[in-house]
Amino acid sequence: MYKYDPIDQQIVNERVAQFRDQTQRFLAGQLSEDDFRQLRLRNGLYIQRYAPMLRVSIPYGLLSSAQLRVFARIAREYDKGFGHFTTRQNIQYNWPELPKVPDILELLATVEMHAIQTSGNCIRNVTSDHLAGVAKDELEDPRPWCELVRQWATVHPEFNFLPRKFKIAVTGAIADRAAVRVHDIGLILKRNAAGMLGFEILVGGGLGRMPIIGKTIYDFVEPHELLSRLESILRVYNLEGRRDNIHKARIKVLVKALGIDKFRELVDADWAASRDYAPSLTAAEIARVKSFFTPPAYQTLSDVDVVTGKGNEFRRWYQQNTRAHKVPGYRAVFLSLKSTKRPPGDITDAQLDAVANLAETYSFGEVRATHDQNLIFADVRQQDLFELWQKLEAIDLARANIGTLTDMIACPGLDLCSLANARTYTVVDLINERFDDLDYLYDLGEIQLKMSGCMNACGHHHVGHIGILGVDKHGEEWYQVTIGGAPNGQEADLGEVIGRSFKQEEIPDVLERLFRVYIELREEGERFVDTVRRLGIGPFKAGAYAQDH
Amino acid sequence: MRKIIKQRQIIADSWQYVEEAPDASAVILSLTQWQAERESLLASGRKLGVKIGPADKVEMLAEDISKLQLIALEFTGLGEGRGYSQAHILRRRYSFNGELRAIGKIQRDQLFCMARCGIDAYELPEGSNLEVALTAFTDYSVAYQPGIDAGGVQLKQRAS
Repeated sequence: MYKYDPIDQQIVNERVAQFRDQTQRFLAGQLSEDDFRQLRLRNGLYIQRYAPMLRVSIPYGLLSSAQLRVFARIAREYDKGFGHFTTRQNIQYNWPELPKVPDILELLATVEMHAIQTSGNCIRNVTSDHLAGVAKDELEDPRPWCELVRQWATVHPEFNFLPRKFKIAVTGAIADRAAVRVHDIGLILKRNAAGMLGFEILVGGGLGRMPIIGKTIYDFVEPHELLSRLESILRVYNLEGRRDNIHKARIKVLVKALGIDKFRELVDADWAASRDYAPSLTAAEIARVKSFFTPPAYQTLSDVDVVTGKGNEFRRWYQQNTRAHKVPGYRAVFLSLKSTKRPPGDITDAQLDAVANLAETYSFGEVRATHDQNLIFADVRQQDLFELWQKLEAIDLARANIGTLTDMIACPGLDLCSLANARTYTVVDLINERFDDLDYLYDLGEIQLKMSGCMNACGHHHVGHIGILGVDKHGEEWYQVTIGGAPNGQEADLGEVIGRSFKQEEIPDVLERLFRVYIELREEGERFVDTVRRLGIGPFKAGAYAQDH
Repeated sequence: MRKIIKQRQIIADSWQYVEEAPDASAVILSLTQWQAERESLLASGRKLGVKIGPADKVEMLAEDISKLQLIALEFTGLGEGRGYSQAHILRRRYSFNGELRAIGKIQRDQLFCMARCGIDAYELPEGSNLEVALTAFTDYSVAYQPGIDAGGVQLKQRAS
């Protein structure tokens, strides 16, 4: 993984000093609440219902064991013993005390970490494929490009006060696991007819109140032009994006209003005028960053049968929670953070420490955070899988539910968030209670259930195969259900609302009725979302509301 | 007399706004007035500056770059970010080399990024502590981006 050089380290150190000064001025009454808000947000600090929430950046989801141990220490010493992995490959702490936040940031800096630009109207953490570097369908490792974009975006003097937040995702594989079509900018690594590597650039995708699939602004951009193209897109957005209405301020609104062709015209004009002095990636700099993402010291192994003779539980876990690896003899292993004992994405300090130790023993000391709020050991020898499974079982990180209904995404909802309309964790519990039969879950196959406590859509409900959205009706919590959405690749699309909202107690029954329709009507090999798309929501709607008639 | 920060020094402002002194020898005008009285103003032999707001297009000044000695960019608060791009375009695309001044509701915390975008003068609201504001220019000693480094903020960058 990338290692800081003195420049990287100094920027992070100086950022900590800057924020310490800002915090002290705020606490001394020299900085207004409103001004401090702008500044603390750019350092990942929100004020939530009960306490500040600190979001720490995990660039493209990649972590070392040393970093995990610092996460554990922060959870233990500054929080209530846990952290929460987010859908954007970051980690959040829900209970830090404001005066101590600079100390937390200083601690993070000792392991090359920070909270820079994890919130606020600026360029956020760059996200990517959680199987980068190991996936069989990968054309090019996206991580060096993520790092180059991360550095360009960090404390960018011109784009630190944008109309609204700005998210960039990069993918280099055939299967898009980074949801590039629902980002402000999506970068897809590809080769042109001449075999040259470059980027397709998508712009104006997003979720939230106005979900939109991004449009292609450039079909092929050469690597050395990547940053200059990004600068021109950002400059046009910074100047032309709406600032009068927070709900209309994302780049997707601008692109939609102008149309992609007109938007491209503006970007082209800026690019033509600025190309001589815009940042350009040199071959040397690309090579320098790429050198950090060389493969680890794999052994020469063959694929082995690790399930024969083993019990059903291990087989299930192997089937559900591990993935193919491009190197023979290795597998990628998911650590499920979807236990019945904790909210989705939550992890305790003891688990974090244990994961750090296991990573060192079994996966070259590295861990990845996924978009689905789980963790991955990317490089595990197949011969170690059984032993690793036993150890993960012992720390409750081996629930064999990856990709199933109970591998749910949920934002914290009304339990912690001041924006939420409704609770999400209680609904998660209801679903976990009802759907505890793994064989039934496996029969249902891949289902992405995504839940948000309000229309800000932190749980990405629009792109769930099943989406659940908390709504407030006369002070009561209700839940709207959408079906047929999907986050990734060509199938990325938004779900459709099936009808009236439900009380939370009704949700398990509603899901069961939807699944009954699916099981009855599915064709061979069809996933739930495929059946919905083939038939439309009609039969599902009829099934879901059958008791209303 | 008003004090401003220019090129990392606290100095007395040698400019006046047209509302303060219509006949000043160095006068800052509104964009509307500049456009309406352009010819007579140019003939007056005075030093001329124009003030533009965040929504104004800097392209409107493209023809006048060499005739203006000052352009003032108005900021309406910490969250208003258009002035950074306006400054960048004026300095780089139009090679404006007069005084580029940030005015309005500006504060210490913005100065570093402003300087990096080519702003070299800062008219902070009355009552601001300019001595403290000067420390903003040393918030960082390194940067990832090629900056314009106006106002004497020169940062170390990675050689590549």
